[in-house]
Amino acid sequence: MKYEVVIGMEIHAQLLTKSKLFCGCSTEFGAEPNSQCCPICLGFPGSLPVMNRKAVDHIITTALALNCTVARESIFARKNYFYPDLPKAYQISQDDQPLGERGYLDIMDGSRRIKIRRIHLEEDAGKLVHIEGEPFSLVDYNRGGASLMEIVTEPDIRSAEEAAAYITELRSILRYIGVCDGNMEEGSLRCEPNISLRLHGAKEFGVKAELKNINSIRAVQRGVAYEIERQSQILDEGGTVIQETRRWDEASGTTISMRSKEEAHDYRYFSEADLVRVVVDDAWLNRMAAALPELPQARRERFIAAYGLPAYDAGVLTESKEIGDFFDKVAAISHDYKVVSNWIMGELMRLLNETGQSLEQSHMTPEVLAEIIALVDKGTINLKSAKEVFEESFHTGKTPSKIVADRGMAQISDEAALSGIIEGVIAANSKVAEDFRAGKEAALGFLVGQVMKETRGQANPAMVNKLLREKL
Amino acid sequence: MNIYDMTLHQLWKMLHEGDITVQEIYGSFAGRIEEVESKVGAFVNLTPDIAELQVHKAADRWSEGRGVTPLTGLPLAIKDNMSLVGVPNTCSSKMLENYIPPYNATVVEKLAEDGALFIGKTNLDEFAMGSSTETSAFKLTRNPWNLGHVPGGSSGGSAAAVAAGESPAALGSDTGGSIRQPASFCGVVGMKPTYGRVSRYGLVAFAGSLDQIGPITRDVYDCAIMMNALSGHDACDSTSADIPVPDHTTGLGQDIRGLRIGLPGELFNEGIDASIREAIYTAVDLLTGMGAECVEISMPHLEYSMPVYYILATAEAGSNMARYDGVQYGYRASGAKDILDMYIRTRSEGLGTEVKRRIVLGTYVLSSGYYDAFYLKAQKVRTLIKADFDRAFTRVDLLVSPVTPTTAFKAGKRADDPLQMYLSDICTIPANLAGLPAMSVPCGFDNGLPMGMQIIGKPFDETTMLRVAYAYEQSTDWHKRRAVLAG
Repeated sequence: MKYEVVIGMEIHAQLLTKSKLFCGCSTEFGAEPNSQCCPICLGFPGSLPVMNRKAVDHIITTALALNCTVARESIFARKNYFYPDLPKAYQISQDDQPLGERGYLDIMDGSRRIKIRRIHLEEDAGKLVHIEGEPFSLVDYNRGGASLMEIVTEPDIRSAEEAAAYITELRSILRYIGVCDGNMEEGSLRCEPNISLRLHGAKEFGVKAELKNINSIRAVQRGVAYEIERQSQILDEGGTVIQETRRWDEASGTTISMRSKEEAHDYRYFSEADLVRVVVDDAWLNRMAAALPELPQARRERFIAAYGLPAYDAGVLTESKEIGDFFDKVAAISHDYKVVSNWIMGELMRLLNETGQSLEQSHMTPEVLAEIIALVDKGTINLKSAKEVFEESFHTGKTPSKIVADRGMAQISDEAALSGIIEGVIAANSKVAEDFRAGKEAALGFLVGQVMKETRGQANPAMVNKLLREKL
Repeated sequence: MNIYDMTLHQLWKMLHEGDITVQEIYGSFAGRIEEVESKVGAFVNLTPDIAELQVHKAADRWSEGRGVTPLTGLPLAIKDNMSLVGVPNTCSSKMLENYIPPYNATVVEKLAEDGALFIGKTNLDEFAMGSSTETSAFKLTRNPWNLGHVPGGSSGGSAAAVAAGESPAALGSDTGGSIRQPASFCGVVGMKPTYGRVSRYGLVAFAGSLDQIGPITRDVYDCAIMMNALSGHDACDSTSADIPVPDHTTGLGQDIRGLRIGLPGELFNEGIDASIREAIYTAVDLLTGMGAECVEISMPHLEYSMPVYYILATAEAGSNMARYDGVQYGYRASGAKDILDMYIRTRSEGLGTEVKRRIVLGTYVLSSGYYDAFYLKAQKVRTLIKADFDRAFTRVDLLVSPVTPTTAFKAGKRADDPLQMYLSDICTIPANLAGLPAMSVPCGFDNGLPMGMQIIGKPFDETTMLRVAYAYEQSTDWHKRRAVLAG
């Protein structure tokens, strides 16, 4: 393509705080409309905001995780505009002196660095509900005043794949550090890429379009790809791109114009006198830094180096902190790391997917998995039984040894017990036994199968083989 | 002496000595209101249902001798821009005529706990924007000393109620002089505390970086009592100061020997009536006679106070007024064809001229392209004005000046001349810009209309101001005079 793609990304992440940014109202999702509001988040005359310290904690943690400079003194500003979902007709946000500035995030296995311009704290708006055919709209203020983090990148992203990789990595980090649940469908993580094209080597940026209504990582990739294609067609035909906000339409797989620059607001930012400045001292900063967990990229590298895992496994196992933590715990007991990885990427993830449960909600523990691996290792159960044991433990929390005992799953490795069965099988299949003795090697497989059938699959296959050969 | 002519501390003493009951006190003020309110027009809403409940509770506290505070059983009036649950908080605006708050302002909560009686909510300039109470959407309030004159504003209803004997004390709010100027016009004591001394939670914001709630009383002692009741940190107001509160009455009666008092020349210029300047100089002589050292000082940036104030206050006001959009509460125009039309009609019909004027000013000074020249510049000058005060307070303990350039003017005289109206706050605005405590103390009469002396103190040093004010008051008898309610 003759154009260079230039993408900047704005992210809004709802912070995992129990209460809203400036009042004590709950932030739980899905409550009865307007049941989680008070005079403060409704902006009633005379009410005043009080800063939620936990929300500031979350911003500092994120700023540290994204290699930003944390502002030692940060101020808040009013962003003024009229909209029915904004009860005070201004949003308390940050303009000058945001809490975090000048950081970066590495993506694509560290091959690309996306610079972070700023991270700031602000309040969320309510939600308008439009009812088909009615001359009015309804407002639900439950979300109004919830704490929201905005993360803005420099225009460093160069393709739809990079845009998707950036969101994926960022979401993973936000989940690791526990500041946002990263749910794009419910809107707790919203992303707004702005996209422009310019000829390779050009100094000036092209005219950009901002994308809204992106509800999944797949939509990021598709939306950005569509927009790149749309703009390059316009430019190819000698046209000009207009600066506007466009909505991604999942159903048609296209973007649709929402509003142009001419309709842009003058937000008249000015300092919020009802809040005092936030001063982050050394103690506060150090406390946040000390509590910062290992981040996905570092963990991926460690999984490869310390456990000798393939890069693919390391990637899958570290996507969520929960799974990565689980792997570490199992690996501390079971030292065949690839086997541990196979169990987690296979059975565990399958069951989590099927049940929709989180690891915490299931009954699976690192000790249980380690025990199952050990049982297979010792030859007490075979792999097929082991998978059944795993599934039962996952659902019930019963220990593997108890399941094996209760269900009589232990492999028969007792020579005396097997000898009798094997002799019976040879007697009942004397023709086949003759074939083997005559040199037909394949006949052995049939006899093994018969023994396994007799023992309902619990015979130790290696021992059956050995004994059959001896007796024949 | 009529019961309704007494001060809080006189009434309290009578209660304490069993010479009077809470019922008798309330009855006297209720009777006085019935008698004179039609002339004065101090109240937007009277709250007899609430007061009568409080009378019973307060009477019980007195009879059981349990939990009696300096305000138990004493009537108070509340400016109608502070939330009192269940009573309209109109801000004297059509916009909020029927808005009933679901929560109490922190000051209201404190006074209720102290056992005060809330007799009603007083008239003000619409959303506290004005200096004569004439921009109220509901009624004119008259100056009790001359009914043809204004009571000042924006806390005109509160000052008039206290001066007319309708309430022994009242709450006001002061953004650029809205407690001190009406107190001066009505011959009563008014204090704007240090910014952050009294919680603003529940005070409908005009300009949050300047607003402060304070008392209007008949004498300095009552002012100190009220300050004790109102002051203190509030977790609901981030800008309220988390520092200890002194007993404001302790300095009363102490001598003022050796206190250094500064007279800023900029507040005594030719725009101030000669009679007022004379009255202040006479008062200063009295203070000097009591051992204070008075010196003339210069604070060169004070002359910019007026433009700085009208940029910053209107910028904040424009933003604060934006929530009155007809969506959630208050007035909503009918017949709108879409949401924008609803906003425009609601605000066009629901807000008055002066409020609109300030919204337009405030929107303008924050607009892209004008922000640096107006808002940002004004912020910088505000810092310079603060620095002038800081410098002054290295030399003196207090500042003294007139409160207003003139005595109360005739009703209607300045209503159509906003600049003249704005000039009536020229002496009071600097203390708001610097966040300093300042009060008005009666210091004489001119043509039967009261004059006031302004005392400005160091941050959180209300006690020294009160000490000087009390010393002055005790050597004069201006505070003992009562308005005649004629004109």
